[in-house]
Amino acid sequence: MLKYLFNFVIFPGFLFTACFGLMACWIDRKVTSRIQWRVGPPWYQPFMDLVKLSIKEIIVPRTASKELFFLSPMLGLSAATLVSMLVWLVNIDPGSKGFSGDIIVIVYLLTIPAIAVILGASASGNPLASLGASREIKMVMAYELPFIISLIVPIIKSHGLLRLNEIINYQVANGPFITSLSGIIAFIVMIFCIQAKLGLVPFDASEAETEIMGGTFIEYSGMLLAIFKLTKTMLMVVLPLFLITLFWQGFSFLSLWKYVIILVIIILIRNTNPRVRIDQAVRFFWGKMTLLAVLAVLLAVKGL
Amino acid sequence: MSRKIIPIGPYHPLQEEPEFFKLHVDGETVVDIDIELGYNHRLVEKISESKNFDQVAFMVERICGICSTSHPFAYVNAIDDLLGVKPPERALYIRTAIGELERIHSHLLWLGLAGHFLGYNTVWMWAWRYREPVLDIFERITGNRQNYGMMKPGGARRDIFEEDFPWIKKTLKELIPKLDMFKGAIMDDPVIRMRTEGVGVLTKEDARDYGLVGPTARASGVNIDIRRDDPYAAYDKVEWQVCTHEGGDVFSKAVVRILELYQSINIVIQCLDKMPKGPIDSGIKDIPPGEGIGRHEAPRGEVVHYIMADGGNSPARHKIRAPSFMNVASNKKAVIGETISDATIILAAVDPCYCCTERMAVVDYKTGKKMMDGQDLIRLSQEKTEKIKNKLGR
Repeated sequence: MLKYLFNFVIFPGFLFTACFGLMACWIDRKVTSRIQWRVGPPWYQPFMDLVKLSIKEIIVPRTASKELFFLSPMLGLSAATLVSMLVWLVNIDPGSKGFSGDIIVIVYLLTIPAIAVILGASASGNPLASLGASREIKMVMAYELPFIISLIVPIIKSHGLLRLNEIINYQVANGPFITSLSGIIAFIVMIFCIQAKLGLVPFDASEAETEIMGGTFIEYSGMLLAIFKLTKTMLMVVLPLFLITLFWQGFSFLSLWKYVIILVIIILIRNTNPRVRIDQAVRFFWGKMTLLAVLAVLLAVKGL
Repeated sequence: MSRKIIPIGPYHPLQEEPEFFKLHVDGETVVDIDIELGYNHRLVEKISESKNFDQVAFMVERICGICSTSHPFAYVNAIDDLLGVKPPERALYIRTAIGELERIHSHLLWLGLAGHFLGYNTVWMWAWRYREPVLDIFERITGNRQNYGMMKPGGARRDIFEEDFPWIKKTLKELIPKLDMFKGAIMDDPVIRMRTEGVGVLTKEDARDYGLVGPTARASGVNIDIRRDDPYAAYDKVEWQVCTHEGGDVFSKAVVRILELYQSINIVIQCLDKMPKGPIDSGIKDIPPGEGIGRHEAPRGEVVHYIMADGGNSPARHKIRAPSFMNVASNKKAVIGETISDATIILAAVDPCYCCTERMAVVDYKTGKKMMDGQDLIRLSQEKTEKIKNKLGR
């Protein structure tokens, strides 16, 4: 029991993932600023931002539904923490076998932060936030479809294994899935889905600053906003890690470069694209990405 | 979904100026728009009547921070028109060069902002980085990055030194490959085209109906440009072309502005090459009674200044019409029917500049009837002066 609590709160759950994520966040900001001819912040800037946000006053709008307004950030954070613990443990703890079907649980848990954002935005009672929430709903519906279809690829390729631990072992024995044709297609689809799940440009329509002024987060301030930001930061660790687990023989601290490569791809996509309209994003995911994902599944069935 | 009002302004990250667009939306679609201006009326025309003719050139420079030489340019054109004199040749070339350098930095600024509004911050930073050399040129020849103070009724206030010419030309020529890069990056990027093509279309008829000016009109295929249609300064002595595009959408507006950048660089270099030696000031002493109209093609379109003199030391009447005043109204046509995401870039695509567009009227809130005219305002001001006088006991 105590071990699980330790795993959840300190290592590799909340505290560790948060610190790891804040460093990833710094890499994101630094690389972005170097691309944009700026100097960029020092490495501790994300930590300072978090500290500063958490000592600020929390303003609750009069029209807000208070319980939901306070609870939804916690919901998002706890889901992100849980999923980070699950994904880390199968990768770095040889004693942890996971459980059968944990891959499905993780997919569900990964959706919860987005749902928490939608709930919180709807609870705040701001028209711009509700607009952001409706965009976020459309976005979730858009990216979940290709995300789940491409998730089937590693399951097919490992002949029906539903346990992350076994998928890693299968890859260690038979080579990573990413080297196969279906694997690389599914991997690319997943990267775009991750981009949307993280709410980064070009899929940041739900919080578009220059259109709806932060959209879903417009009424959030202080600690609650910090929690939302922290959730996003933790997802920035968990999602690439999940991807490495599924397609790339899993993660160990010696193979940090895998994570860095995915992070840099995400940062580059973010910095070389304008924001797409929500209808264009939906068309992109339900059109091209779903087709590619289905193609990957067919190829995987064929054994390619 | 029910109709809601999405406010853009008076404080909004989209534009750092006090403007207010009420978007009436149905779901994501804009069904109506109210344009409300007038948050920052500064009585510029009235202030102008209390300054002498030389000071007004500096004062109108403060109307707009971006096109800060356009208003003085139109103003000195108006004074020259009033006097019927032609300033010395060298002064005309200097005015032209300054006007075009300003167009370069203003269009680059817009390009960056347009990128920012689309969420493409890399374009924003890069465009502003390559705007810096232009501002460096300004700093070298005028001492300031903005508010150059180069225009003077009857001439130019400062000379451009011959020894700076090679450096200026070199800096401008170095800008051309960077522009090529932007041209490629914007015209060939599928995602940018997806966001801007067919968005906020203003047809040629719309452009005529709304009386659009500048790049906004030229992007709708209306071939107007004061620099060519009513040549002033040295614009008839240099080779250049008016750039138009037929689309009328946001993409066309970007294309027109990028193509104009090349023309402007070309004009500045020609001005430096052809600039004759000689005096830069015709030494105007008195302004006789009369009227004058001056026009200038600012980066955003045609600026008109009207000056009436009564033989005194300052203008008896000074009327200014800034280009955004014409262009902002066209948003009503362009935005309706588009989504909120597109509305923001459409609002920004006319390159609006609100501080020179502000007008004031006192109206009855209920009936919408105008309650005061110019005479009433003058009477009000006199009463106030009287009150202050009495209070001070004089």
